[in-house]
Amino acid sequence: MNDTSNRPILVLGAGIAGLTAALEAAETGRFVVLVEKNPWVGGRVAAFHQYFPKLCPPSCGLEINIRRLERNPRIRLLTGTRLAGAERIEGGWRVILTRAPRWVTDRCTACGECTAACPVEIPNPFDQGMGTVKAIHRPHAQSWPERFVMERDACRQGCHACADACEYGAIDLAAEATTEELEVGSVVVATGWEPYPLEKLPELGGGVLPDVISNVQMERLAHPGGPTGGRILRPSDGAPPRRVAFVQCAGSRDVNHLAYCSGVCCLASLKEALYVREQLPGAEIAIYYIDRRTPGRNEDFLEKVAGTEGIRLVKGKVGKVLAADGGLELVVEDVEAGRRLHERADLVVLATGMVPSAGDLPLPVELDEDGFVLDDPASGVVPAGVVHRPQEVASVVRDATGASARAMAMAGGRA
Amino acid sequence: MERIGVVLCSGCDIGKAVDLEAVGGVAGEEGAAWVVSHHALCEPEGLETVRRRLEEDAVDGLLLGACSQRCRADVLCDACLGVPVERAALREHVAWSHAPLDEDTQALAEDLVRMGLARAATVRPPEVLDEPVEDTVLVVGGGLAGMQAALAASALGKPVVLVEAREALGGFLREVPGLPPHRPPWDVPVPNTVGDVVRQVLDDPRIRVITGANLERISGQPGQFEVHVGTGDGSETFRAGAIVQATGAEPYDVSRLEALNPDRSPDVIGSVELDAMLASGELRRPSDGATPRRVVFVQCAGSRDPDHLPYCSSECCATTLRQAARLRQDFPEVEPVVLYRDLRTPGTLEHLYQAVQEEGGTLFLRGEVEAVHANGNGSLQVGLAESLLGDGVAVPADLVVLAVGMVPHSADGEAIRMLNDARERAEHGESETQRAEARELVENLASHEGTEILHLTYRQGPDLPVLQYGFPDSHYICFPYETRRTGIYAAGTVRAPMGPAEAAEDAWGAALKAVQCIEAARRGEAVHPRSGDLGVPDFFLQRCTQCKRCTEECPFGTLDEDEKGTPMLNPLRCRHCGICMGACPERIVSFPDYSVDGIASMIKAVEVPDEDEEKPRILALLCENDALPALDTAAALRTGWNPWVRVVPVRCLGSVNIVWIADALSRGFDGVILIGCRYGDDTQCHYVRGSELANRRLENVQETLERLSLEPERIRLVELAHNEFHRIPELLDEFAGEIEEMDPNPYKGF
Repeated sequence: MNDTSNRPILVLGAGIAGLTAALEAAETGRFVVLVEKNPWVGGRVAAFHQYFPKLCPPSCGLEINIRRLERNPRIRLLTGTRLAGAERIEGGWRVILTRAPRWVTDRCTACGECTAACPVEIPNPFDQGMGTVKAIHRPHAQSWPERFVMERDACRQGCHACADACEYGAIDLAAEATTEELEVGSVVVATGWEPYPLEKLPELGGGVLPDVISNVQMERLAHPGGPTGGRILRPSDGAPPRRVAFVQCAGSRDVNHLAYCSGVCCLASLKEALYVREQLPGAEIAIYYIDRRTPGRNEDFLEKVAGTEGIRLVKGKVGKVLAADGGLELVVEDVEAGRRLHERADLVVLATGMVPSAGDLPLPVELDEDGFVLDDPASGVVPAGVVHRPQEVASVVRDATGASARAMAMAGGRA
Repeated sequence: MERIGVVLCSGCDIGKAVDLEAVGGVAGEEGAAWVVSHHALCEPEGLETVRRRLEEDAVDGLLLGACSQRCRADVLCDACLGVPVERAALREHVAWSHAPLDEDTQALAEDLVRMGLARAATVRPPEVLDEPVEDTVLVVGGGLAGMQAALAASALGKPVVLVEAREALGGFLREVPGLPPHRPPWDVPVPNTVGDVVRQVLDDPRIRVITGANLERISGQPGQFEVHVGTGDGSETFRAGAIVQATGAEPYDVSRLEALNPDRSPDVIGSVELDAMLASGELRRPSDGATPRRVVFVQCAGSRDPDHLPYCSSECCATTLRQAARLRQDFPEVEPVVLYRDLRTPGTLEHLYQAVQEEGGTLFLRGEVEAVHANGNGSLQVGLAESLLGDGVAVPADLVVLAVGMVPHSADGEAIRMLNDARERAEHGESETQRAEARELVENLASHEGTEILHLTYRQGPDLPVLQYGFPDSHYICFPYETRRTGIYAAGTVRAPMGPAEAAEDAWGAALKAVQCIEAARRGEAVHPRSGDLGVPDFFLQRCTQCKRCTEECPFGTLDEDEKGTPMLNPLRCRHCGICMGACPERIVSFPDYSVDGIASMIKAVEVPDEDEEKPRILALLCENDALPALDTAAALRTGWNPWVRVVPVRCLGSVNIVWIADALSRGFDGVILIGCRYGDDTQCHYVRGSELANRRLENVQETLERLSLEPERIRLVELAHNEFHRIPELLDEFAGEIEEMDPNPYKGF
């Protein structure tokens, strides 16, 4: 054992990958500093309604992970925190962490009086901009740590209604950012992904037509805690759609957008088609695809959905989505069969891919041509989850567990 | 715990909803050592108030009448306050969900404090296991995953014994002439580096390799496995702390795909045979030794096919692309044709697909392959339906390569156990009917004969249970290394179909779980999902009637049996779910902080109003993993529910002992509702089948109720998902409504 082996492992990101990496190391006996930019943990999956193929809620696994996290004495969680700088040192890294001003402090009991008093409404960031929340709010119904957050930029100048309403002195309008420096043995980068922006797909109606939404927005529409209380409704008029079209590879497997396949969108759309089917049994559902990519045992899920009444899987790439007669028209090209279809829908879901969130990391990591972080055993940095490679949740968790092991091995010393 | 202090928090509207002084009075009547209140318990001032009170008058434990047990564990935990802590959820289950200053709300708060005190009185400190723990990790299988698992465990500081059945390491990939790219450039296959991994393993001083060896027997528990290995030279025994099973997969047998090759042409080969040709540098047709020009690949040969392998092996498309690229490189005159249903190159493998398409020499044709026929002139024709050219298309070929999937090299521990038990019954069954049924079962399970790999001496079978299609995979998306045999983790292609890069990474994860399990055993702690928990179950065996329900129902194979059928606990296999506690008709199983008596005391502590008050009481036993969080969320959204409900959180519905229902009915409760996780094929129960077992046990209870002339509808089990927080108050209200329609429980007041 060398003298650096008691340095903690730094995990960047507390989504499902980062939570896993942190918990697995800590439960093995290592100290971990877990850093999350949001004021809450859970990352992308916290916003999802259900996982394929079991159709179980992600919050269920997060519940277990959060209980594991809060009872583990070896994890220090820093929310609202980012990596500001890193310097390679013998056997590890010296890092600078910046914690955003904590307008709502640890004294917050999540009682909710501040929200009641707040005069400002903003588009709900957790709901992909659908629906509104107050400028001070609970990030989502099951968010943890159980503490409210303030979107300070949205506040009216000089307003202190929330501070006045708080019985616990938990509002600190003068809070400032803090920084700290620490030495860590290794770094797990689990900074996750962003959905490919709808706005980059105007030919498919993205960002142009209100009833063209993304798969991630569909998750919020179906979620009981989402903007519609879990009802799948068209954004334009709040009516339940009668014909729903899923457009696969929207901006994926396309050298003009994302050249790679995100590996999850086929399964996500199959799953979302079941959301629609369950809620709106009369709706006609079509999924337009190039290849149906459902590897492993997920093949069973494809069979199940393909055999569900009211759901059609149609071979073809959607080239255009247009407004037509109060609804939407899709132009579908099946190049191999040399045919072009004109199909109708009144809600279109674009199955957009995942873009790795590694661009602005102040770490000298190497990225591949698609922006994913490469695994370099000599670097003292290990990627985990979607920032490493596009993959679905079970693979992310496997990857993060392995990453945790590699980070421990790099950090030296025994487990 | 004997002396219990009560702390009542009036913050978050609790003080506005109930008369806390009266609640404190109830605590005093119920024997609390003292009661203090604070307007914000979780703030530093509140915690200081509690600490000062503890200094003045020490107690064995605290009951916090405050927020839910799921909240503020960072400051309200045992370690934070220095004494064991119990909670009464006055915030979520009273103030945030019920009418303020109402008679029923007050009664509810007072009951919660009574229940909390009653439970706290039964809690004992855990006796921490302090057993000798072996550090060695046993890795079974010396293919890529097994070797990587060994290297990973070694890198984490553990000694490793790697047992391989063949004479050499390297496994299936040893002879493969190339691999799909696992790092950039993503568009070209890479040379096979498995040989380097073999050398690394052989050079690692912490890894001991035993080849040509088979497992004869593994007994014991995590930290204390005893492993017997047979080799050509005899047998040896050593101890291991945890096990990684990386026994790999085999390619699907091409000869079983007769329907694809009805003429039995020797020029229809499998992808493995093509690899052998590519490795040798000689591409020749088996029939005549001629060099083929058109090599036609048939994807999904025997895969995604209910008659063969219903699943997708995930790897065959990448293998075909690698082989097509290699053919074009080594034999430029060859024209590969790939016949596929869906080309599956998820992630960055897409670049390889794009590169092979762009290179131009390979033709990709979508369609359903019907069969390969010999032309008579030495060439072949592949019949293709549903293609862009329509049905009945004949694709000419000189050589056809069937891209076959993978079959896990696993053993179905539960099936083998069933087979062995059936064989025993066929011989010694009580009746001829029983013996005949057993004989039939033996016949049906005959394929499992002699398939043992790990040879565990577990009552529940000699190998890991399989999930589906022979893969001993996890039930859980969030927890892919979850195992039903604690300390034994499957890795690589035996666990699920995957490619080489994935298998190598999978091994790192499995190795970490193995090392983690050893470390947890050393600390006497449970592993996932109750990681860190110290309280192991205690069996009061003097009262055991050898009914074997606990050994049968434990999802983790924790209990073995002695010759009489008495359970033998292996505490380090235990995951502390309490399913044995729920199973036991004699109620002899208890945990230090969770017991039949503990929950029964809570139930009995509720003050049930007289019949003429027309205020029914309903007991709600809620799974703390899903139903309780859903209810807490409903409360946080200020959704109310019927105030007659008394909520008791349980570890798992599987831990619910039927006696609690009897206790509730005899106490005068009018109905009992159990809310737990969804069960069935897509089980969401974190202990695999707790809620399913609870449901089965309830069926018997309902029969009993009918005998007692009680409506069976008084007892209900409902499945609920974690995010169904809108539904759970409705469920409670509906149930309360139905109970109100019924006559009061006639046993009230008895």
